[in-house]
Amino acid sequence: MNVAPMTKKDVIPISRNDAASPMQQPAPNVAQRPAARKWTASLYGGMDALTQWAIPPLLGLIVFLLGWSLLAEYSPQLPGPVKTWHSAVELFSDPFYDNGPNDQGIGWNILHSLERVGMGFGLAALIGIPLGFMIGRFSFLNKMTAPIISLLRPVSPLAWLPIGLLVFKEAQPAAIWVIFISSIWPMVINTAVGVTKVPVDYLNVARVLNLSEFRIFSKILFPAVLPYMMTGVRLSVGVAWLVIVAAEMLTGGVGIGFWVWDEWNNLNVEHIIIAIFVVGIIGLLLEQALLMLARRFEY
Amino acid sequence: MHKKFIQLENVERVFVTRQGTYTAITDINLAIQQGEFVSIIGHSGCGKSTLLNLVAGLTPASGGIMLCNGREITGPGPDRGVVFQNHSLLPWLTCFGNVYLAVERVFGRTEKKSRLRERTEQVLDLVGLKEAQHKYPHEISGGMKQRVGTARALSMQPKVLLLDEPFGALDALTRALLQDELMRIVAASGCTVMMVTHDVDEAVLLSDRVVMMTNGPAATIGQVLQIALPRPRNRLALAEDARYASLRSEVLKFLYQRHAKHAA
Repeated sequence: MNVAPMTKKDVIPISRNDAASPMQQPAPNVAQRPAARKWTASLYGGMDALTQWAIPPLLGLIVFLLGWSLLAEYSPQLPGPVKTWHSAVELFSDPFYDNGPNDQGIGWNILHSLERVGMGFGLAALIGIPLGFMIGRFSFLNKMTAPIISLLRPVSPLAWLPIGLLVFKEAQPAAIWVIFISSIWPMVINTAVGVTKVPVDYLNVARVLNLSEFRIFSKILFPAVLPYMMTGVRLSVGVAWLVIVAAEMLTGGVGIGFWVWDEWNNLNVEHIIIAIFVVGIIGLLLEQALLMLARRFEY
Repeated sequence: MHKKFIQLENVERVFVTRQGTYTAITDINLAIQQGEFVSIIGHSGCGKSTLLNLVAGLTPASGGIMLCNGREITGPGPDRGVVFQNHSLLPWLTCFGNVYLAVERVFGRTEKKSRLRERTEQVLDLVGLKEAQHKYPHEISGGMKQRVGTARALSMQPKVLLLDEPFGALDALTRALLQDELMRIVAASGCTVMMVTHDVDEAVLLSDRVVMMTNGPAATIGQVLQIALPRPRNRLALAEDARYASLRSEVLKFLYQRHAKHAA
């Protein structure tokens, strides 16, 4: 921004000095105009950035809150934004109280849900990523597993819950099982696709250098697949967090999903709306954190 | 010096496609002597890179005999260093790391780590990249990337250097600079070189022999031209040399008169 006006000032005296020779006069004028245009362009650019990045989301939020208020106005059971806000302030003023297993603070609920997601997702990553590498590397294995994966992948997560309850006889591992089985697929598939997309050039380098299978994996395959793998991880965490509310509603215990169900039984609608926002915000944070992590592995 | 180092007899490469078989190159007979610099030139699509990949061992021949140093070529080996057309550096390793990978593979079993590092630095120094060795490929220019690619191939101390249009993607000035460096390095190492190119000047300037390929499909060797210019060669002096000019026009005549490629 500072550079453009300076060149403008610099150009004008030169054009005046050279005014005696008409041949040279047009040149500084030509030079001067783009400089001026650049300056105004950057000014508009700043405005543009503001209108493009800040105003639309703000506008969206305002429209959303207005719509919500309007809806609450005509439907007396549904609390409006203000009422929900006051309830949330009260709720978050003491997030970690503990009055027995059925009445714990929102903080405990969130942490327990995150723990289940972490365990289910962690197990899925531990098995899914190596499996993806093997499926991608050996086409025989790929053909072998393809029908099973295509068959099991579209199954609704909660359909797995009875199997989990049957096998583990307990709610906690059954919930983890549901997270595991529904979040493993994006990691398996993306990692496998990543392996098949490793540029032939890199594999030719490996062949010309006659690298060992271990070196091929650590120096070529793994770094080349990492971006794909991170996409799989991101999708998996998204699925896991999506599934946890439903799973906990059915299995009970301390967790955000069960809390929603409990508050529904208490007819505390403000808390249900707060839970929706909490789930949404945590999902968003997880996604952003993984995006930031993934960006570190781009070349 | 007169030993036949690479021997190709009736070599053929056939690709099987959905539309049937496609013979890329056929009836290739060529013997390259130790320390010789041979260029393969031809229009694009004539199978010159296919031929180089065969010698590199990256793809198997469909027929014929291929020998390197008296042994049959069955796959890639450290005796044949390849410089790829698009440098093919691993983007997650530094220049040093890219070269070290090759050094470690060839000498890692017999030498200490400090010696391996020393070797890597030496070869990077040879191509003039000592200062840039800790930079990543995306941080350096195209010419520098190609130098790292060359360094990686040289670091294995290969008997044969296989170059696949090594300077094709570079600007004319950088290309000239790297050609001069290549001549210097090859002269110092005594490597046998097989280079694929589509640049007539490059072929004549660098080579002892220029192998001219006919157009595909079923491309083969059309003519072999001896370049009996004394070494070391100087591009400025040669520019006004009558012998150079006649050799150059010989190649041009082959490419644009007898085997002209019609616009596709």
